[in-house]
Amino acid sequence: MSRRRVSPSLLPGFGPALGVTLLLLSLVVLAPLAALLATTLRGTPREFLAAVSTPRVVAAMRLSFLVSLGAAAVSALLGLLLGWVLVRYRFPGRRLLDALVDLPFALPTAVAGITLTTLYAPTGWLGRPLAALGVPVAFTPLGIGVALVFLGLPFTVRTLQPVLASLDPEVEEAAASLGATRLDTFRRVLLPELLPSLLTGTTLAFARGLGEYGSVVFISGNMPMKTEIAPLLVMTKLEQYDVAGATALATLLLVASFLLLLVLNRLEAWAARAVR
Amino acid sequence: MSIEVRSVSKSFGSFLALDEVSLRVGDGELVALLGPSGGGKTSLLRIIAGLEEPDRGSVHFHGEDATRRDARERRVGFVFQHYALFRRMSVFENVAFGLRVKPRDERPPEAEIRRRVGELLRLVQLDWLGDRLPSELSGGQRQRVALARALAVEPKVLLLDEPFGSLDARVRQELRRWLRRLHDEIRLTSLFVTHDQEEALEVADRVVLLDRGRVVQDGTPADLFERPAGPFVLDFLGSVNIFHGRVENGRAHLGPLSVAYQGAPHDGALPASGYARSWEIDLSRDLGGADGFPAAVRHVAAAGAVVRLELCTDDGTTLKVEISRERFSEIAPSPGDRLRVVPRNVRVFLGGPGRG
Repeated sequence: MSRRRVSPSLLPGFGPALGVTLLLLSLVVLAPLAALLATTLRGTPREFLAAVSTPRVVAAMRLSFLVSLGAAAVSALLGLLLGWVLVRYRFPGRRLLDALVDLPFALPTAVAGITLTTLYAPTGWLGRPLAALGVPVAFTPLGIGVALVFLGLPFTVRTLQPVLASLDPEVEEAAASLGATRLDTFRRVLLPELLPSLLTGTTLAFARGLGEYGSVVFISGNMPMKTEIAPLLVMTKLEQYDVAGATALATLLLVASFLLLLVLNRLEAWAARAVR
Repeated sequence: MSIEVRSVSKSFGSFLALDEVSLRVGDGELVALLGPSGGGKTSLLRIIAGLEEPDRGSVHFHGEDATRRDARERRVGFVFQHYALFRRMSVFENVAFGLRVKPRDERPPEAEIRRRVGELLRLVQLDWLGDRLPSELSGGQRQRVALARALAVEPKVLLLDEPFGSLDARVRQELRRWLRRLHDEIRLTSLFVTHDQEEALEVADRVVLLDRGRVVQDGTPADLFERPAGPFVLDFLGSVNIFHGRVENGRAHLGPLSVAYQGAPHDGALPASGYARSWEIDLSRDLGGADGFPAAVRHVAAAGAVVRLELCTDDGTTLKVEISRERFSEIAPSPGDRLRVVPRNVRVFLGGPGRG
């Protein structure tokens, strides 16, 4: 066996490439995180617990988690539907719709937030008829959910699309000719194929929702104990010079994000296992 | 159970895929639907399976109209060209699928499912691969899994769409003999689509030749071979030489050839073409003979059961000729030689150059 690499790598050597990557990673990601942890660890565990267990913090964390989870679930459903339509059907405007899916990625989140607030405010185009029906949206948890679905949808659509495109319609026909109902075909054939990327997309949408700030602050109304989300509370505490409280809450959010990333990683490993 | 297709038409946009097609597959018969690609074979098979709806005409199973019946209620086993296996399920689960999705009151108990799947996997000689995923199998093995899966629900008829189309030549030959033996064993009414004439003639009890959405000929392999219904059939079934010309006063004048024509009487000359199969042509060193015409040898392929030659007539037409090895050693032709070409059998059909 020859020792020489068959295809020369584009990057000059393993050593320098890894070195530069680690350096940048440290400067941009690891150092700030370390500083955050260091600040948190300056206090005692008791102080940390006290900081994160005030009713206002608990309410904010609970709201952030529940609304993000709900929004991620809705994004999953809508993403599945939208992805299916984009992959399986040919209709005028399909490419435009496909491009629009990415809009929430590109739009400054504040712009999205202000637009959604204007639309859903009690005086807005959508807010007025909805309020008349007894469903106020802006300045309620539902409003936060709307903003988070807007942001989370691209994640689920974009993770599902390639998998949907790789599904052979003949497989569904095969299931039908074997006597399977549509529900059976979906449950036994399609869902197992889609589940890993569906979960990946949903987790991404959830993680994004948990940390989202810009688009939510306008539509949520930010009432403590009611519509105040955790990232905003971090900001508020900083503005009040409560650095210990802010970092404690930030650490909690950080741990949550890490756990989510871990879950994501396991899901992706699982997805890679079955299809070779 | 018999299959009957009555005057089925189907178009996709402006393309007419099937034009008033009728055919019958008797109980326990194995019929091949043969034709060039784009001839409408797969569309017809999909219509029979209920995966596609005909624009006009009807499909009957055992005399009963099933045209409006849903695919899942037709009890048709369908084998796809690209297998269409469930890639996240093991081979065992693929075969068990049809049993597992049966309505609760018809579903066999787990032990019975295991027994039947095991039996089917033995039938397709894959019982040792039950735990594998489809992606871990070869093409031929996947196709046999697809077949076992289709048979699991005890279909009344079996439809196979180019079942060996994406396999390499050796596996294909093996698998089609195996399919014939399997059919002799289980005697399930079967219709399979192929564009490979050799496959159709070797495997099927009967062959239906389809071209541009129409049935061109329907008969036993021997019928098609010995009594081709038209120039298309002749051309499709094998290597054939075509001579264009005209018929006049009971004789066909076809370029260098002149043969008797026993067709319907007619006035004046009509355009016609003569067809001579490459193995129905003799070659001779005797250039002065009365029959046939001279041609120059251009290429000799002497490896094989027969020797294939390519010759060039004086007007520049290329001829394909196959002779036995014995004949080859007698006349020992080599490129550049001039020989006399004597067609033993020329079929004359009215009509000018071009198909139909």
